[in-house]
Amino acid sequence: MTVLIYLIPIALFLGGLGLAAFIWSLKSGQYEDLEGAANRILFDDEDK
Amino acid sequence: MGEVVQSAEITMANAHRDVGGNCCSGGAVAFAYSNTPAADFQNFLSADPTAFVSQDEDGNALLHMLVENMHCANCIRTIEKTLTSNPAVFEARVNFSTRRLLVRWDEVKSDAADLVKPIIDLGYALTPFDPSLMKTATEEADRRLLKAMGVAGFAAANVMLLSVSVWAGLFSNDMGPSTRDFLHWISALIAMPAVAYSGQVFFKSALGALKAGRLNMDVPISLAVILAVGISLSETIQSGEHAYFDAAVTLLFFLLIGRYLDNRARTKARSAAERLLLLKAVAATIIEPDGSHKSVPVDTVTVGTIVHVAVGDRFPVDGQIQKGFTTVDNSLVTGESLPIDAAVETSVFAGTLNLSSPVQVRATKTGDNTLLGDIVRLMENAEQGRAKYVRIADRIAEYYAPVVHILAALTFGGWWVAGFEWQVSLLQAVAVLIVTCPCALGLAVPVVQVVASGRLLLRGILVKAADGLERLAQIDTVVFDKTGTLTEGRLDLVNRADIPEKSLNLAASIAKESRHPLAQAVARRGSNTFDLADVQEHPGRGLSTMLDGKRVRLGSRIWCEVRDDANGSDNLPELWLDVDGEKPVQFLFEDCLRPEVAETISSLRKLGIEIELLSGDRGAVVQMIASDAGISQWRASVTPEDKVRRLEELKEAGKKVLMVGDGLNDAPALATAHVSMSPSTASDVSQTAADFIFQGRSLLAVLEAVRVARMSHRLVVQNFSLAFAYNAIAVPLAVFGFVTPLFAAIAMSSSSLIVCANSMRLNAVQREEKS
Repeated sequence: MTVLIYLIPIALFLGGLGLAAFIWSLKSGQYEDLEGAANRILFDDEDK
Repeated sequence: MGEVVQSAEITMANAHRDVGGNCCSGGAVAFAYSNTPAADFQNFLSADPTAFVSQDEDGNALLHMLVENMHCANCIRTIEKTLTSNPAVFEARVNFSTRRLLVRWDEVKSDAADLVKPIIDLGYALTPFDPSLMKTATEEADRRLLKAMGVAGFAAANVMLLSVSVWAGLFSNDMGPSTRDFLHWISALIAMPAVAYSGQVFFKSALGALKAGRLNMDVPISLAVILAVGISLSETIQSGEHAYFDAAVTLLFFLLIGRYLDNRARTKARSAAERLLLLKAVAATIIEPDGSHKSVPVDTVTVGTIVHVAVGDRFPVDGQIQKGFTTVDNSLVTGESLPIDAAVETSVFAGTLNLSSPVQVRATKTGDNTLLGDIVRLMENAEQGRAKYVRIADRIAEYYAPVVHILAALTFGGWWVAGFEWQVSLLQAVAVLIVTCPCALGLAVPVVQVVASGRLLLRGILVKAADGLERLAQIDTVVFDKTGTLTEGRLDLVNRADIPEKSLNLAASIAKESRHPLAQAVARRGSNTFDLADVQEHPGRGLSTMLDGKRVRLGSRIWCEVRDDANGSDNLPELWLDVDGEKPVQFLFEDCLRPEVAETISSLRKLGIEIELLSGDRGAVVQMIASDAGISQWRASVTPEDKVRRLEELKEAGKKVLMVGDGLNDAPALATAHVSMSPSTASDVSQTAADFIFQGRSLLAVLEAVRVARMSHRLVVQNFSLAFAYNAIAVPLAVFGFVTPLFAAIAMSSSSLIVCANSMRLNAVQREEKS
C-alpha cells in the first residue's frame, strides 16, 4: 500500500492542475462572450 | 419649393453600403435597420461620450459602448477591423453576447467621436455607458456559480477516486482499518473546504428562505450536505466504517450543474424597458422667442416650447406641427407600415422619426408624459406582474421539503426510541436526507430545458426566458400582431412583371436617395442602378430629378399628374414613374403574408388553441389579411394600451395567452401576455420583451415552439414521477438502515442518469414525427 503515498499526491496534483487551469480561464474572461467566440471561429484571416 | 431637401448626407452614408456575400456583409443589414447614421451620430455626441472615457494603467483612453444592430460574425469583424485600421487604436473588442464594444486608444491622437464615426456610419448605433453601472448582479452570479461548479467538480472527482478504493477494499476485505481511515481523512481534507466554498450558493439561498419563513429546495439540500459532512467527519475521527464525503460533494456538483444551466437561461433575458429608453432623443433643439436656435437636454423642454426637428431625427416630445410639412414614420407607435404625411396641426409623438423635411413642433407633452413614456411604464408594470409566476420546480419544492424533513426527523426518533445511541440514529437520519436529496429533482427541469432549447435553436428559435417553455406549454390562446408578424413587415413590389427593365432601373436609381419605405422597396429591386447627381425630395409627394434634359418624377399619383382613370387598380400602395413625354409606369406594393401562415393557424387550432389578431392598422387591410390567414377573430386600429387591455381581459377570463408581435407598439403587450414571441426582425425592444425569438420567414416556428414546449412539459412531469418512484424505493431502505455510502452513490447517480436519459427522448420523439 506504500504506493499510495505517491499515487494520491499525484492524483490530487493533476486534479488541482485542472482546477487551476479552469479558474485561470474563468478569470481571463474566456467565458464572457461564448456567442462571440462561436462566431469568431469563422474568421479566416490571421491578423490580431 | 421651400421644403426641398438635399439628401447629400444620406447618399454619403449609402456609399458604404455593400450588399452581397454573407448574411450581412460590412454592415449592410445594420444599415438597413439603422434610422440614419447622421442622427445616430448626433445621439452619440449628445450622450457626452468624453464623460465616459476612462484611463487604464498605461494612460490609454478606454471607452465602453453598447452596439445596436449587430447580427453575425461579419458584424464583429467589420467593427473591430474598422476601428483597428485607425492608427490611434490599440485594441477594439466586441462582446457579442452582451452587445458591447470596448475601445482602447491614444487620446492624444484622436478623440472619441472621430474614432467611432465610421462605425456609426456603417449603421451600428453606439451608446457610451459606464461599465461599473452596467455590471449586473446576474453576471456576477454566473461567474460565481461557474467557479463553485469547477471546485465541486474537482472535489467530486478526487473524493470519488478515494471512495471507490474504500469500497473495493470493503468487498475484497484486504484493506486494513488504518488505510481506510487514511483515505477517509484525505477525503475529508478535500471535501470540507470544497463544500464550504461551493455550498455557499445553496446555504445562502436556504438561509434567505428560512429568514422569510419559507422552505425551498435549498433547505433540505443544505441540511443534507452539512449533516453528511459533519457526520462523516465524526465517523472518521472515531475510525468508523462509513463516510459520506463523496455523496456530499457529488450532490453539490450535480446540483450546481443544474443551477448553472438554469442561470444561463435566465441571464439572457435582460430588462426590456432599459433598452427602450435609448430610443428617446437625448437633446432637443428649441427655438427661442427671438428666433434663435438652442440645443438643450430633452428633460428641460417645457410644454408650449417650439422645437426644431431635423430630417432623420426622432421627435423629442409629443406635439403638434407648427411650421413645415413632412412625412413621419409612426411605426414605433402605431405599427402602421406606411409613413404618414404631417402638415401643420398634425400631432406627432416622441420617438417617431421625421423622414423627409425639417419641421417646427409645439410641445404638448414632454418627458415621462409622452406616449413613449407611457409605453415604458406599461412595460415595466407588465414585467413586474410576470415576475410573480412560480415555477413548477419551486411549487414541488414547497411540498417536498417539509416531507423530507419530517421523514428524517421520524427516522432519528424511531431509531432512538428503539434503543440505539443518538449518533447511530443521526447517521440513519442523514442517510435518509442524502438519499431523498433532490439530485434527480434538481436536474429534472434544467436538462429538459437545455435539450429543448437546443432542439429549438436548430429550427431557428431562441429561448430567452428561463421559464418560457414552461409557460408556453400552458397556453390556450394565441394573439398575433399583423405587420411584421403575420406579414413580412416590409412592402414589396408585386407587379414586377408589368414593369419594363429600363423603367425599374431608373426608378430604383432615383428611389435609393430616399428613406421612404415605398422608395426603398423599389431601390431593393433595381439591379443596375446608377448615381443621379441631383435628386430632390418633395415631402408627401415624391422625388424629382433631371435626366438627359428631361424631367423625371417618382411619387404619388398627383405628383406625377397621372389622370385618375389610368389603371386605378385596387387599394394597394402605389408609386408612379413619370418621364416627360413618356407613358407613366405604375409600381404596386404589398406587405405579403409570411409563408405557411394558414397552415400554422389551422395546426394551432387542431391543438385546441384559439387565435386572435390585433393590429394597429386600418380595418380594410386587417380584414383582408385575417381572411387570408384564416383568422375569424380580429380587431383593427388598436393602440398599444388597447392591446394590453385586451390581453388583460383574456387573462381575467382565465385564458393563458401567447402573444406574437414585433413592433415597439407590441412590446407592452408582449410583456403583459402569459408568454410572448417575436420574429428576429422585430425591434430590439420587442425582442428583449419577448420570451422567444424566431428567425426565418416561416410562421411554422410558432407551431414548433408550442409543440416542443408541450412535449418538454410532459417530460418534466415524467422526470418528477421518476424521481418520486426512486424515492419510494430508496426512502424505506434508508429509514430501516440498509443504505451504505456505496448504495447512496449508486442510487443517486443512477436516478440522475435516468432523468437525463429520459430528457434526451425529446430529440428522439421529434425525429419520429418528422419521418
